[in-house]
Amino acid sequence: MTAVSKLLRRSETAVLAILIVVMLVIGVINPAFWQADNLFNLLRANVVIGIMALSVLTVMISGGIDVSFPAFAVAAMYLTVIAMNAAGYQGVVLPFIGATLIGLLCGLANAFFIHTFRMIPLIVTLGSASVVRGLLLGLVGTSIINIDRMPPSLIAFGSSTVDIGGSKLSLMIFIYLGIAVLMWLFLTRTMAGRAVFAYGDDAESAKRVGFNTRRTVYLVYGLAGALAGFAGLLHSSMIWLANPRDFVGYELDVIAAVVLGGASIFGGRGSVFGTILGVFMLTLIKNSLIIMRIDNTWQGVVVGCVIVIATALTAWRDRKALV
Amino acid sequence: MAEPLIELRAVTKRFPGMKALDGVDFQIFPAEIVCLAGENGSGKSTLIKIVSGVYDFDEGELLVDGKPVADFGPRAAIAAGIQVIYQDFSLFPSLTVAENLALNRLLSEGRTFVDPKRRRQLGAEALARLDVAIDLDATVGTLSTADRQIVAIARALMSDTRLLIMDEPTTALTGREVDRLFAIVREIQAKGIAVLFVSHKMREMLEISERITVFRNGRKVEEGPTGEFNEARITRAMTGHDIGHERHVWAGDDTEAPRLSVRGLSAGETVRGVDLDLHKGEIVGLSGLLGSGRTELAMALFGMEPHTGEIRLDGTPLRLASVQDAVAAGIAYVPEDRLSEGLFMRQPIARNVIASAIGRATRGPFLDGDRLNALAEQTVSDMRIATPDIDKHAGQLSGGNQQRVVIGRWLLTNPKVLILNGPTVGVDVGSKAEIHRRIRELAASTGLAVLMISDDVPELIQNCNRILLMHRGEIVDRLDARSVEEDDIHGRLKGLR
Repeated sequence: MTAVSKLLRRSETAVLAILIVVMLVIGVINPAFWQADNLFNLLRANVVIGIMALSVLTVMISGGIDVSFPAFAVAAMYLTVIAMNAAGYQGVVLPFIGATLIGLLCGLANAFFIHTFRMIPLIVTLGSASVVRGLLLGLVGTSIINIDRMPPSLIAFGSSTVDIGGSKLSLMIFIYLGIAVLMWLFLTRTMAGRAVFAYGDDAESAKRVGFNTRRTVYLVYGLAGALAGFAGLLHSSMIWLANPRDFVGYELDVIAAVVLGGASIFGGRGSVFGTILGVFMLTLIKNSLIIMRIDNTWQGVVVGCVIVIATALTAWRDRKALV
Repeated sequence: MAEPLIELRAVTKRFPGMKALDGVDFQIFPAEIVCLAGENGSGKSTLIKIVSGVYDFDEGELLVDGKPVADFGPRAAIAAGIQVIYQDFSLFPSLTVAENLALNRLLSEGRTFVDPKRRRQLGAEALARLDVAIDLDATVGTLSTADRQIVAIARALMSDTRLLIMDEPTTALTGREVDRLFAIVREIQAKGIAVLFVSHKMREMLEISERITVFRNGRKVEEGPTGEFNEARITRAMTGHDIGHERHVWAGDDTEAPRLSVRGLSAGETVRGVDLDLHKGEIVGLSGLLGSGRTELAMALFGMEPHTGEIRLDGTPLRLASVQDAVAAGIAYVPEDRLSEGLFMRQPIARNVIASAIGRATRGPFLDGDRLNALAEQTVSDMRIATPDIDKHAGQLSGGNQQRVVIGRWLLTNPKVLILNGPTVGVDVGSKAEIHRRIRELAASTGLAVLMISDDVPELIQNCNRILLMHRGEIVDRLDARSVEEDDIHGRLKGLR
């Protein structure tokens, strides 16, 4: 097989091609689309969903699914901001470490139930999401922390930009890309990352070959939780408020993006590059719907259709490949 | 003679309520090809699991290179150079061939990072050792079963393997692929590696092995050089008695109108203009290489494959556009793969039995439990299904008994034509003879016309009065089973390539 035909067979290539077509079409309808300000805005909207998508990607490659990450993100974000206000702390690094650790602990709890009781990840993460959201609202608080009470250090960090040709590009983009590169290295260049693929492909074989599957499960869900926690705090820094009811409905958007990027719902397949493209495609679609002044409720219809069609296509591809 | 590579002395393994192995002595010498024969549950699998360190044993001794080993676990077995290739190959379908091959080595080296170049190089070395060409960058899921098996073998030989254990390696292979596998096995042997085979297929055991060990009820009952064995002797050792090799004699009249008459049947590219007659009480065999169109022919007759041509049952033309049409006309089909196409594994026997004839166990729109149970009991006794009760799940039965459930289910629909596809694949010898007897009885007593599709030539000769060979969608040979010999059919099948 030549390198070109191999490239053509990759699902990333198809996503990229569709993406370019969609961008050209949007550009024709609305020439303002290609202005740097609009593109930079679009990229900025990729950051939080993108980091969450990378966490879900790892879970999906392992053959599982995670719907608890929005709850973990909101808990990590809200708790960290409250703690910062209570202590009057002004800094950036420590709060992000704290939020990441909160997410990590929640993720490890998922892993404990999934591994110890051999439970279905969907049920475990549905349950843990509900518990975490309930505890947050019941024990910690229900009030939104607005810009007047948000720690200024976070706001400053979240709004840092670099000037390119008179337009401002959010520095958060580089955090997202940095995490993406690390995730790519982890998934393709470490044995622990290959273990995630092997486990998702055939858990029994992975055990027989000698992978420590327990470690893999803890790693996958722990990492997913940690990334969710980090993304949660980043989100509130970027929008200058902390809402304990935030991230509702993100499960669907993020899973849609990951599936769009070619990851298999059966496990064993998926890539960081594909996921980045999937996230970009999804934000592009949502962004265009807003520009076209299409009602909010219809966005749900579009995202729902995207997830069903993309899943159907990957399922069809995977089944065909396995016959 | 040299020292045995691995030796069991008076090994006994108990499971609750039974002895899986009872005082077994067993040895394998370097560079030897040994076959393990025995019916399901005879202790073969237990022996493999002890030799590969998966099971502990209760009494006896295990020696590696003449030295007793106390705590023989999976790691110790791998360290001693013992590798097992399971029936499912334990490969990763979404990963590339190179990665599948290299994973074990990279894991045993305790690596943290992966170097793609080295991974590819390890894969290339592994394939070069077997002298086979498979695309290293292809994902394993896209390979044929035979190629996947070769990848599994190549992977097993990556470490310093001294004994390779293969569990039913030929089950899913075509004739030519089996030849290639055997060539590879001999090459492995030439490198000084011993091979332990488990197989159900006598011909293959006799062809490849140098020594045969037969197990029955957890005991080793016979052992010796392969030259001293023939199929009858292996069968006798496995079952404890002679299995009659009576043939099916058809007493019907071929001037009478046929029960099923097929003229010019074509289905896509795979079946081309087949003419076929089945008379009352006839058992007609159908064989051919994989891809010859035999399964598609059966599917067309069962309304599962769109087709053209004429199909008449007792003189009446049939339109078979769906399975419902075929069942209503009185055609029954027992598929090749009973696990995925035939049985509801987690449902009780009674429900499995009634699945195709629900109409017989209903009162109005509702199921009648008493009728259902009566029909199920009747089938269990008719088909001699070995089970304590009809509430046991189909998945808990042995292969032979599962097959009887599937056949029994179709008999409840009172079929006129029964199509059997691989009726005894994966069924052990004793159970096989029992199923054959039942089919012959049915054909003789009820006038059922049977089309038996099989790769198992002795099975066809024993049970059929006529044998048809199919090639590239056409019937190319029509043989009288009374006057044809096994080797003749094998020769003709080989000639079809």
